[in-house]
Amino acid sequence: MRRRALHCLVGCIAVLLPVCSSAAMDSLLRIGNGPEPESLDPQRMSSVSALNIARDLGEGLTRIAADGRVLPAAAQGWQIADGGRRYTFELRDHLHWSNGEALTASDFVDGLRRAVDPATGSPFAQLLSPIANADAITGGKAPVSMLAAWALSPTRLQILLKQPTPYFPSLLAHPVSFPVYGPALARYGRGFARPGRLVSNGAYQLVDWQVQAQVELRRNAHYWDDADTHIDRVQYLPTDDIASELQRYRANEIDVSSEIPLVQAPALRTQFGAQLHVAPYLGSYYYGFNVQQPPFAGRRDLRLALSLAIDRELIVDKVMNGLALPAYGWVPPGVADYRAQSPAWASWSRQKSVSEAKRLYAACGYSKDRPLRIELRYNTHDDHKRIATVIAAMWKQTLGVETSLINEENKVFLAQRRLRRITQVFRASWIGDYDDPSSFLDVLTARNGRNDMGWHDQTYDALIDSAAQQADPRRRAALLERAERRAVDDMPFIPIYWYVSKHLVKPRVRGWHDNLLDVHYSKDLRLDDPAD
Amino acid sequence: MLAFALRRLFAALPTLFVLLTLAFFMMRAAPGGPFDSERSLPPQIEAALRSEYQLDAPLWRQYLNYVEAVLHGDLGPSFQYEGYRVSELIAAGLPVSLALGVCALLLALLVGGAIGVLAARRPGSVLDHLLMNLALLGVSVPNYVVAPLLILLFAIVLGCLPAGGWRHRDYADMVLPVVALALPQIAYIARLLRASLIDALAMPYLRTARAKGLPEHLLIFRHALRPALLPVISHLGPATAGLMTGSVVVEQIFGIPGLGRYFVQAALNRDYTLVLGVVLLYGALILAFNFVVDLLYGALDPRLRRT
Repeated sequence: MRRRALHCLVGCIAVLLPVCSSAAMDSLLRIGNGPEPESLDPQRMSSVSALNIARDLGEGLTRIAADGRVLPAAAQGWQIADGGRRYTFELRDHLHWSNGEALTASDFVDGLRRAVDPATGSPFAQLLSPIANADAITGGKAPVSMLAAWALSPTRLQILLKQPTPYFPSLLAHPVSFPVYGPALARYGRGFARPGRLVSNGAYQLVDWQVQAQVELRRNAHYWDDADTHIDRVQYLPTDDIASELQRYRANEIDVSSEIPLVQAPALRTQFGAQLHVAPYLGSYYYGFNVQQPPFAGRRDLRLALSLAIDRELIVDKVMNGLALPAYGWVPPGVADYRAQSPAWASWSRQKSVSEAKRLYAACGYSKDRPLRIELRYNTHDDHKRIATVIAAMWKQTLGVETSLINEENKVFLAQRRLRRITQVFRASWIGDYDDPSSFLDVLTARNGRNDMGWHDQTYDALIDSAAQQADPRRRAALLERAERRAVDDMPFIPIYWYVSKHLVKPRVRGWHDNLLDVHYSKDLRLDDPAD
Repeated sequence: MLAFALRRLFAALPTLFVLLTLAFFMMRAAPGGPFDSERSLPPQIEAALRSEYQLDAPLWRQYLNYVEAVLHGDLGPSFQYEGYRVSELIAAGLPVSLALGVCALLLALLVGGAIGVLAARRPGSVLDHLLMNLALLGVSVPNYVVAPLLILLFAIVLGCLPAGGWRHRDYADMVLPVVALALPQIAYIARLLRASLIDALAMPYLRTARAKGLPEHLLIFRHALRPALLPVISHLGPATAGLMTGSVVVEQIFGIPGLGRYFVQAALNRDYTLVLGVVLLYGALILAFNFVVDLLYGALDPRLRRT
């Protein structure tokens, strides 16, 4: 009897040993990823958390390096012709989908067509607007077959742009332009981006997605650069509660955090030292004026007075605990081949700014006895509330402005902003999609749906349009800088701060490089030791 | 009893229907829609999305379509989670919330019941004061304070339990959330049971039994506990439904994929169908547990069966 039991035990160990040892060999990276991704369909996703996963699962013709350069990815290179309008991409040899089937140029064309097709409902369809006929297709005025992207051969792809677009290669690193695996899409429709169905072409493939629990990826053996991929498994963990994410980081359950709590920044700097990565990020936090309604319609001096009265350094230092950079212009600093514009008063002393703010305020007919009464709206969030309270206090103290703070649930807030009926001053932010000033400057054009300020300036729009036609990068940059100066001078918004990316990264994670777009590919990372 | 059960069942259906109708129109009355975001969509794309989710039809038509689908067992597609049906999401979240809820309920009944009985045996004693003050603390301190403290102690300082997540599906993941969920219920049950047990022990028939020399444990467990459990049972109906449909705070803090989290995220993202699906489930569970409470009432107090 005893001998039988012993045999059983030895048998069990013999069966389990390979399983255990292979599990122990696997390296596992655990990433805190913020809110749950809404989709893993590259053409339908919109959130940062979904895009993070998409960059591991799929791959475009190009990719973004840590220093912001655009590198060849699925394409091994490209030629530009016709004054910057015609791109011909040469794909790498032996590209494969994660199921082993060949990946061809027509798969990339299918991805681009799907992205601009209005029936797809892609939130990023407008990113592909530079491709000839893309706008007409998105607007429902032309069939998708009219998109100026063609597969010349299984390994050659040509795209014709409507105008020279120097940043076009960087758009092809965005998941919206990733190829789609037609058979899975045809078979499962909208539900194709799920475990067991999703066929991808990136360094990793999807093995598990438990909604609100985890998304797990495993390296894709058919990926062209699998030999240079170091981590076997990646887990993306939804962490909508930043405080809980920090606890899990402390408990060694997460290797990379998506954020850190603002109020704990000083303590975290001391506690974690080099593990805390804070770097400039392509995002702007600002207050918009509704310039189509009183009291701000046609009153540039009043808008400027309110802007001058804000002490941005104090907000960044005391409210943001140093996790931001004071902002004076519209385009964040650090954008490639561009000089971000600031107004002259950005360098003034606090005393001079306040004095000028008072003069302008009085010139607009307001005083301590006849104060300006305004409403400041923001979406419900502790950080927004703190900033709004401080700014209202600055306005009150400096000018005597009576500010009513109104917080609204996010969807209500967005709907009100969009309607522009009752908004006066509102909180807003913008995160750039690609490293080019147009990613920010386009928002202020009259035709842009996110211009919630209602600021329409024909000269500004003309400058943006001229820049879009300009093939010479330096002339283009000069036109865009002029446009930004014009917007900053007219002040339909109050820039408050530039965002920074802020992650905690465990020392065992190697190869992490902070960058302006805060884009990190798991294939570029290494782990010092495997985790279970 | 069967007639009673059938009567309650038929009474529950119109209640659920009214609940569904109210929830449908209240969700639609809320400003903002599922496709509002910081990034605006081109009109044609927004129109395509509205058409895909049948939001372009008149509201009354959408309502009728939804009711018809629900009657056929289809809760519709989720707006928030691309490619998922609401029934799939509920099927994924409900077992998690159920597992936590059942464990928390059992823990609360065991510990809360024991504390209540201990305190009621010697009202006014040092032990009674100590236990009731602890219970008061348990009722007063909210989950969002208790949960991080538990994480700090057991996950970070002692390092013996996970700080959060539901990755391994092992029992260790459940311990801290179950304790955090159960603590307020333990306190509440202890206070309820103590009060009602003291009242029951003062009843003339129990004084007589005590005078006749019936041992204390028989007095309590055989005679006093049954009537004393009635207020606890009343509390347990909605409390059980609440525990089993998930606690938003606990699920959020521990990163647990339960129904409570779905519900809040869905409401904030205007995921109409997911909100309605969870409301329907929540309503059905409350009605079901209230029905069970009524049956238990009858079992514990025969006088109530006649009314």
